[in-house]
Amino acid sequence: MSGRQDRQTTPDATPGTKPDTMTRPPGEPRGHSPGGTYLGMPAFPQAAALSTRDGRLRANLRHATHTIRAKRAQAVAELDDWDRLRRAGAAVKDRTLRHLDHYLLQLEESVTRAGGTVHWAADAAEANRIVTGLVRATGETEVVKVKSMATQEIGLNEALAGAGIRAYETDLAELIVQLGGDLPSHILVPAIHRNRGEIRDIFREHMARWGRPAPEGLGDRPADLAEAARLHLREKFLRAKVAVSGANFMVAESGTLVVVESEGNGRMCLTLPETLISVVGIEKTVPSWRDLEVFLQLLPRSSTAERMNPYTSMWTGTSGDGPRSFHLVLLDNGRTDTLADQVGRQALRCIRCSACLNVCPVYERAGGHAYGSPYPGPIGAILTPQLRGMASPLEESLPYASSLCGACFEVCPVAIDIPEVLVHLRERVVEGGPATLRGTRTVIKPARKHTAERAVIRATGWTLDHPGVLRHGQRLLSRTRRLHPRRLPGPGRAWTDTRELPTVPAEPFRDWWARARGDTA
Amino acid sequence: MRVGLFVTCVNDTLYPRTGQAVVTLLERLGVQVGFPMDQSCCGQPLFNTGYRHGTEPLVLRYARAFRDYDHVVTPSGSCAAMVRENYPRLAAKAAAESRGEALTEAASDAAAKTYELTEFLVDVLGVTDVGAYFPHTVTYHPTCHGLRSLGLGDRPRRLLEQVKGLELRELAGAEECCGFGGTFAVKNPAVSSAMGRDKAHAITATGAHRVCTVDNSCLMHIGGILSREGSPVRPVHIAEILAATEGAR
Amino acid sequence: MSSGGAREQILARVRRALADVPRAERPDDAPVPRDYLAVHGQRSHAASVDLLARNLTDYRARVHRTEAAGLPALLSRLLSERGARRVVVPPGLPRHWLVGAPVETVPDSAPAALTPHELDAMDSVVTGCALAIAETGTVVLDGDPDQGRRSITLVPDHHLCVVRTADQVVDSVPQALARLEPARPSTWISGPSATSDIELERVEGVHGPRTLEVILVAGDPRSASAPPLGVPPLDVRS
Repeated sequence: MSGRQDRQTTPDATPGTKPDTMTRPPGEPRGHSPGGTYLGMPAFPQAAALSTRDGRLRANLRHATHTIRAKRAQAVAELDDWDRLRRAGAAVKDRTLRHLDHYLLQLEESVTRAGGTVHWAADAAEANRIVTGLVRATGETEVVKVKSMATQEIGLNEALAGAGIRAYETDLAELIVQLGGDLPSHILVPAIHRNRGEIRDIFREHMARWGRPAPEGLGDRPADLAEAARLHLREKFLRAKVAVSGANFMVAESGTLVVVESEGNGRMCLTLPETLISVVGIEKTVPSWRDLEVFLQLLPRSSTAERMNPYTSMWTGTSGDGPRSFHLVLLDNGRTDTLADQVGRQALRCIRCSACLNVCPVYERAGGHAYGSPYPGPIGAILTPQLRGMASPLEESLPYASSLCGACFEVCPVAIDIPEVLVHLRERVVEGGPATLRGTRTVIKPARKHTAERAVIRATGWTLDHPGVLRHGQRLLSRTRRLHPRRLPGPGRAWTDTRELPTVPAEPFRDWWARARGDTA
Repeated sequence: MRVGLFVTCVNDTLYPRTGQAVVTLLERLGVQVGFPMDQSCCGQPLFNTGYRHGTEPLVLRYARAFRDYDHVVTPSGSCAAMVRENYPRLAAKAAAESRGEALTEAASDAAAKTYELTEFLVDVLGVTDVGAYFPHTVTYHPTCHGLRSLGLGDRPRRLLEQVKGLELRELAGAEECCGFGGTFAVKNPAVSSAMGRDKAHAITATGAHRVCTVDNSCLMHIGGILSREGSPVRPVHIAEILAATEGAR
Repeated sequence: MSSGGAREQILARVRRALADVPRAERPDDAPVPRDYLAVHGQRSHAASVDLLARNLTDYRARVHRTEAAGLPALLSRLLSERGARRVVVPPGLPRHWLVGAPVETVPDSAPAALTPHELDAMDSVVTGCALAIAETGTVVLDGDPDQGRRSITLVPDHHLCVVRTADQVVDSVPQALARLEPARPSTWISGPSATSDIELERVEGVHGPRTLEVILVAGDPRSASAPPLGVPPLDVRS
């Protein structure tokens, strides 16, 4: 299935539709596809409104994001060349993107020379077909997986399930999400919306269905929960013949892939099985081995606030050590469309650290599910509408899921100016304009639901450009000020439901100026 | 030095006292202030909602209105940021559509001479003690555009610290957005209000009597929530604090 | 390879997308400023070793220091304190390191490499390393014969890693990468296995070794009389 095509046919969500992941008790199976899906989710404002009323979710997110914020700031402050590293990181990514065809060919050659096999997938459906075929060819019916955003994006687990292949997520948070029939809500910590008590309940209730049950009397200490995951997954690691991973970086000149992780599940998947299949977005390429010196400093401090993450694995094709067979699936799935946009392409610099999520006041209150894609938070708000196109009201609402406060840009280790891209994408929503969709240049029409808003804006713009008219309006407002209600009807309720209106003054400033300074309009 | 006041549409319509305060303050400091009547809105609400083309006439109008001034001072961090950050971007995009000449000139001229008030006081006039008297406990919320787009840093604080009678209270989580965000406040009212309530609680917890910022649009949102929640803290624009003197008002 | 159509399609899309990049621009023409630091701060070699120890300890690795001559006794003590009985060793580990240790050493080498289940039955693993990074508290393994296959330092729950302070400690990440060979699989280890997946709080101990002991050795611990312990050395480079 192609994610994007399916999404286009998704019926518009009605306001008030419940994103069921947010209101279900932990572990309760979802109505539709097992393992979760983002299809048919409501637009951001409706989903976010629900999560702001979920006290437990708010508390969980607040606790987690505030914990990591302070630590990140400290880890970054340790390096007095942080700004220079950040500039270099952005520049390396820009160099790669400006010459992506060159580097992809070089990467393909390097990986092939080192004994790997390179596959190309234009979209999700093609990538899923390739991976399913590769697993089938091994004769195996189960795979172990390292947490990977790309495989979340393409819905690989569901595709494999459809082919009778069971995929076991091995990252602790992904395991929590998978056992709970849930959706990830954070790039780095997909189960960030769950607290320790909820995780304990999920383990107790669901581990047995997937393999070794949770230990008797499992408590909610994080160390005990981690131990339970260790026991549950160990047998799967030891018997696994096929693993599926993503990668944080691919070095074009050497063909080296890099996976950065903490738990050791990545090392298990990358070294024990006989066959390794890595599905990686084409933008994860970096030109040279040396470039890693920038990203291996930027990434851990930005994501887990560590000087270095516990484990980093680097491998080049196949060697006497590890999998005998290595397949690299290079994924486009909307990345070249994003590349075609000169303002929007900076989103492809992203190294998936999730610092922007952790610092975002909107993410903290809306939660990750409201973003309707595996890429939540500020980066998701600019990545999802570009990767999928403005395919539904959800994608159209994402560029507006921000107060443009700029905290995300400030912490981004590769200096993605997220507010700039948000405003740029808002323009695409309301004004339309040139865009590239599945490789084809097109001029998109303004979103239909903004017609009324456009009329108001046009009138506003005209008024603001005619100060005489503006002045009449201001005076009218002032003269009628005693008649203004405290609560407005219709769209104005969005303001007055929670806030008082300002008191309108007796005269606008320009009238005072004209009166006091004898100036005339 | 010819200084023009860009009062902003929000202040013009809803907060004329802020504009009056800027005039009082600058004149007290010996600056002659002009107010070109053909000024309007900087275009921020339109631009940030995605109506770039609709913003263009306002860019040209701004540049035309302030053509004869050396400096433009505005009591709004976000409007100053709009002019300085987004005018050049808007002009570059217009240029890419091959109709950018007038806009490019207008944008670069406007961006080069526009200052947010506290920036103008500290950087151009070189003062931090403006001779103000304001006998209240005050907490200061650094607005996002002031903090991150303009990089105002500690300029507003340095000005406030010199105000006689003023006691400054630290605001917990000061750098976090209040949730206003222009049309964000009505397009995502639930999240905006949730952010605003958290900000309002932090403000009330300082025990201050007043909360001040460099932007009345944020204050309109914060003040609207404070008042709905029954908080005793009142919003006030920093210009009104800096303009206040002993005996006055 | 399998999907030639997609390959050409993606490359064509990339080229169309980059229509704004001047045709004459070469990849290296896109500037990358390299004005970031090669090392953070200036310090003596001894201070770098101290920093390495501090940073390793900060992330819950246990750090021990010894002269070369004291290494076998230290290893022996640590293994017996741990109660380890079966210890896997890479083929090129100097034989004298574990002489006298009250353990059964199990070599892992090419023709008879241990299976994952066999490795799971091991109590500990003892290896050398390629280098260690002071600023980040990291040891790097690159598959040299004294380090062996990647899985032997992964499956057992206890890893003892020996670092020669004289020539294996570098200050920074850039220095480390410059000394490593991309073609060889490498593993960077900074403390024991850990996770931040529960409420973003770091907890040590998930799938990798839950106990990492790093032994900083002054002098050259290779220079003992005995030949390596393992059977024919595994050359991972081949």
